[in-house]
Amino acid sequence: MPESPLAVPASPGHLFTAFTALAMQGFGGVLPVAQRELVERRRWLTSEQFVDILSIGQVLPGPNIVNMALIIGDRFFGWRGALAATSGLLALPLVVVLLLAALYAQFAEVPAVAGALRGMGAVAAGLILSTALKLLPALAGNPMGRIGCAGFAGLTLLAVGVLRWPLVWVVLGLGVVAWFTAWHRLAR
Amino acid sequence: MNAVLLGTQGLSPADFLALFTHFLMLSMLAIGGAITTVPDMHRLIVDERGWLDDTAFTASIALAQAAPGPNVLFVAVIGYNVGGLAGVAAAMVGNLLPSTTLALVASRWGAQRSASRGVRAFTGGLAPVTLGLLAATAWILTEPVRGHPGAWALVAVTLFVMLGTKLSPLWPIALGALAGALGLMG
Repeated sequence: MPESPLAVPASPGHLFTAFTALAMQGFGGVLPVAQRELVERRRWLTSEQFVDILSIGQVLPGPNIVNMALIIGDRFFGWRGALAATSGLLALPLVVVLLLAALYAQFAEVPAVAGALRGMGAVAAGLILSTALKLLPALAGNPMGRIGCAGFAGLTLLAVGVLRWPLVWVVLGLGVVAWFTAWHRLAR
Repeated sequence: MNAVLLGTQGLSPADFLALFTHFLMLSMLAIGGAITTVPDMHRLIVDERGWLDDTAFTASIALAQAAPGPNVLFVAVIGYNVGGLAGVAAAMVGNLLPSTTLALVASRWGAQRSASRGVRAFTGGLAPVTLGLLAATAWILTEPVRGHPGAWALVAVTLFVMLGTKLSPLWPIALGALAGALGLMG
């Protein structure tokens, strides 16, 4: 997939509205929408940059998507951009979720509501999976090569998804081994 | 719940301080997102202080995941159910201030050294782990509906829409909500 020339947001206000728009489309997780909006539609980031920033957001404490918004905003407009992107991501969805919380008690027992939540959960799984598949080309130039990347991705899936090991140990453990492997490969 | 939107649910200033400081600490432990600290939030809010019962605690998380926006907003819903809008402020500011400050500092530090071998090895090494985590998240999200063929059909339709069309993710979300409301997810 060829990358066309990258665009940039016009102002912190532009970042705020863009992150509000993508947050309001994110049911069960904002990441798939963020990838579609920031990489495919607005072209503010390449797939490689998106994966890099996601990796940083993943390793640091705190919600990945909040960390990503902060880092992306900071790269374009410094702390004002970080504030604009993060508050865009959180402000309107916060109002909506609190209104829903105030209404929820009356509808929690309705079977259709519980069923709708389950259906949305299945779609959220498909959205996350499609995001992972779309980001695969970002591994093309990886210092660890195809087999190394497939190995680390597979081990992570096994440890976190199937064996349910605590995320923090998997990220720190496998992450350090992967870091060391990539460091070693870059020397050659 | 509506009547207490602006109230404090009988919590004292010391209670709000305890909520705030506990969430400050959890913020720095939340590698992989705030959701990984849920067991410890539960310990404080349900087991130790009795501010919420089990059902209200779990419903707070489910509700935030169904609403638009980042999943971390479950922290706001818990804060709201514990102590109204003051609870929202204590929980959200406590939960986000330390981690966002660290993210800003760490990202700037890394950006200044983006050409160095250490930083290139870091982002290169972590990239496949990150994609593996996305696949693991997808797998875990299917857990409540794994036994239903309809759920797999929904996953397949979602993959097709996202990989093969330019449609917004709102369309498969709406389809999933409709299919679930009609009872197709058991």
